Amino acid sequence: MNSKLTEVETAAPGIRKAGRQVNQNEGLIFEKSAPGKRGMELPPLDVPAIDPAEALGAGNSRDSIEGFPEVSEIEVIRHFTRISTWNYAIDLGMYPLGSCTMKYNPRVNEHVARLDGLASEHPAQPADVSQGCLRILYDLQKCLLEVTGMDAATLQPVAGAQGELTGLLMIRAYLQSQGNARKKVLIPDSAHGTNPASVVIAGYEVQNIKSNARGQIDTDHLREFATEDVAALMVTNPSTIGVFEERIAEIAAILHERGALLYMDGANMNALAGVTRPGDFGVDVMHLNLHKTFSTPHGGGGPGAGPVLAKKILEPFLPVPVVVEKNGRYALDSNRPQSVGRVRAYCGNFGVLLRALAYTLAYGPGIRQATEDAVLNANYIRKNLEESFDLPYNLPSMHEVVFSDARQKKQGVNTMDIAKRLIDYGFHPYTTAFPLIVPGAMMIEPTESESKEECDLFIDAMRSIAIEAETNPELVKTAPHSTRVGRLDEVAAARKPILRWKP
Amino acid sequence: MRYLPKSPSEREEMLESIGVDSVEELFQSIPEKFRLRKPLDLPGPLSEMEIIQYFQARAAENARGYTSFLGAGVYQHVRSVVADAIIQRGEFLTSYTPYQAEISQGTLTAIFEFQTLMCQLTGQEVANASMYDGSTALTEAVLMAERLTGKHRVLVARTVHPEYRQVLATYAKNLGLEVDEIGYAKSGQLDTEALSKAKLGEAAAIVVQSPNFFGVIEELPALAEAAHAAGALLVTTIAEAASLGIVRPPVEADIVAMEGQSFGIPPSYGGPYVGVIATREKFVRQMPGRLAGQTTDGAGRRGFVLTLATREQHIRREKATSNICTNEALYALAATIHLCLIGKEGLRELALQNLAKARLAAAELTKIPGVRRVFSGRVFNEFVLEFPRSVKLINAALLREKIIGPLPLGVHYPELTKRGLVCVTETMPRAEIERLAAAIKKILETPL
Repeated sequence: MNSKLTEVETAAPGIRKAGRQVNQNEGLIFEKSAPGKRGMELPPLDVPAIDPAEALGAGNSRDSIEGFPEVSEIEVIRHFTRISTWNYAIDLGMYPLGSCTMKYNPRVNEHVARLDGLASEHPAQPADVSQGCLRILYDLQKCLLEVTGMDAATLQPVAGAQGELTGLLMIRAYLQSQGNARKKVLIPDSAHGTNPASVVIAGYEVQNIKSNARGQIDTDHLREFATEDVAALMVTNPSTIGVFEERIAEIAAILHERGALLYMDGANMNALAGVTRPGDFGVDVMHLNLHKTFSTPHGGGGPGAGPVLAKKILEPFLPVPVVVEKNGRYALDSNRPQSVGRVRAYCGNFGVLLRALAYTLAYGPGIRQATEDAVLNANYIRKNLEESFDLPYNLPSMHEVVFSDARQKKQGVNTMDIAKRLIDYGFHPYTTAFPLIVPGAMMIEPTESESKEECDLFIDAMRSIAIEAETNPELVKTAPHSTRVGRLDEVAAARKPILRWKP
Repeated sequence: MRYLPKSPSEREEMLESIGVDSVEELFQSIPEKFRLRKPLDLPGPLSEMEIIQYFQARAAENARGYTSFLGAGVYQHVRSVVADAIIQRGEFLTSYTPYQAEISQGTLTAIFEFQTLMCQLTGQEVANASMYDGSTALTEAVLMAERLTGKHRVLVARTVHPEYRQVLATYAKNLGLEVDEIGYAKSGQLDTEALSKAKLGEAAAIVVQSPNFFGVIEELPALAEAAHAAGALLVTTIAEAASLGIVRPPVEADIVAMEGQSFGIPPSYGGPYVGVIATREKFVRQMPGRLAGQTTDGAGRRGFVLTLATREQHIRREKATSNICTNEALYALAATIHLCLIGKEGLRELALQNLAKARLAAAELTKIPGVRRVFSGRVFNEFVLEFPRSVKLINAALLREKIIGPLPLGVHYPELTKRGLVCVTETMPRAEIERLAAAIKKILETPL
């Protein structure tokens, strides 16, 4: 390990952000288990004990759970703390994953989500003793409607993909109410994978449409494809190459002329908040990813929240229940005959929703400054890396910039190699190999949370790797060199899957 | 603004480096007529203190300080401060989906442990890295059964959580999936007579919950036998996962869809929770959601990666097994930590306490004239009572005593008006159970 680190440092004197630190080895929790240990105790039982075999019936009861862990509290603390240090995190530095909007997750949001009277509340308790929860939901809806310029909201979907599905179901129910649900949904080839997957669950066929030479939706193409079979177009704006669809109003008009609707994937709303509103440029229905634009933590893959915002015409079709207000009292309305139904039990991820409200309240109208800084950072990085990397689409960038590995490929170095080498420099990789319309894509989204200093460190790292790709491509191709484990054998993992520990 | 790390002069320097005069120029691609010319009409900006004050005021408008006998899919169980402290470590809280395995070994190791724990608890062979919650996990399990059997009809017990069934109905509607509901018997279990008359031969699966929405434990071995004899699968959902401390796991089920909220996750007015799908190894390639798998690096060191991703939307797009991307990783971690803490003995002890306290509550409440048990089936920590008057009226009076009473069942089961579902967990002191009984007795003695 030591010899390797020295080698890395010699090879790259440019590594300024990352240092060296002892990192503890740790097995699996099951490997620490020993009979009789425990990490939690209960108060003594204050009622008569009961024989489970008698109470449940002999066939219904179980004895002990084989292999289940038996460990003490300190072992649990150490185990999870040790393995936590093997993760990279926003709290450690820039996390430039394009399309993922890895911004700072404010700590006060964590604090308020845990307040007694909020975290403790049961979703089935009467509205009379849930006025605080309902008002939080109502206030958040109002804020999101203002940010997006839409008319009606549901906070029930618990992820972006579920928001997509909900929006599509609303489109379907609306068109059905007009007499014909239609058959297809158009999706540009630059879209997130969840878009086509959601379309299928909504009972539609996917019709892919090609982007034009500028990476934008080809309106001539759209005219050709937008037949009377088409229910909607799903557009990501700014697109996944970080560019605003300049002809968005025309796109909306083409669809509306033919009775179809415009769905917007709001994954990239961090480029727009406070600057422009989807409701103003022709979008009929959209979702937001609160774990992106609205700062709720990704937590290693979730939870998220994917509220859906819609125009008036789609309001009757919102999932039930809907939060309503009358004379300062809040209630859940489930009596909505045209609703698409329920997409999740209860009111969605309340704990995520309230964090998003805390974020919005912290900024107020100043949310525009966050958007401006996000776009400023992306353009600053773009400008300073343009000489080192190929820029496949030379269009104005918004919150993210997409380079390609075209130049480095000549030395046999690809986007994944460069991404892995970034780890040695103390950064999380950018998004690799997406969007699909850019071969060897390097998709960089710094967000507004990065200082000029952190952006400069990133730029230096990327430039240094570009030089390494010329002078010592092997060093880049075998990166990372500084992590606990090297590149892992994914082929073996998939061929003979080991998905659980066994004694 | 405290979250933004740039000074005005740094912004100027950066604009100069880019070669523009103002930040406005960076937004030139947005057509002029769509650019906002006035500030958004949003409350704020608020300082940290003001944000806390806003949420404290909201908390005070809720049921803080009330004693609640609600369960019905969301349970009040003990939670150690340890789990909550660990999930707030930035390395877990502020990391992304572990696609870059070399710097995500913490999350991946924890997911692998979570998958193992879920297998041990459910008696299944593989479990995924989490689903959104129980309701969506059940829907995904049904869609999985449809793919595995090629049949487009499912038989769903009416004793499955009503909101889970509503979610399933929403998804099924446009997919050509027929959902037939099967009623319940006097025991509160699925009505096997009705099942025998149903079109079992056409069914992809029988879908039951155990303990079911009435708290009653279903006869899973017999249901599995009936399903398998007809070429159908048995899909079992578990809303009260703490039952697995003493209740026999659904080993005969082909797919288990579980809600893991009982494992150290606060009720939080409905979410976030953690769903799970567990199944047989041979079905793994039809499973939705992420999976962590064990492998090695070039030097032979053990490590974990996300695997079998060709099932997933980012690879397969419209041919994926599901559209799920974001899951509930942080709460899968919370559940993992909770289960490690409570351990083998503790989980059993906790379940035994639930059983004992629920039994005492049932005994105390049925002493009240006119109050009786509705179903004869065996229960874990929930049971249904019949009252001589509307449960809503009783509950309104109980609220004045700062008690949140039984869940009125008439909302979801029109034939069950005047019936309420009572839940008692290990967190309920005996004195509160007795206070509930005394309060209901008094309410019923008061003429309407």
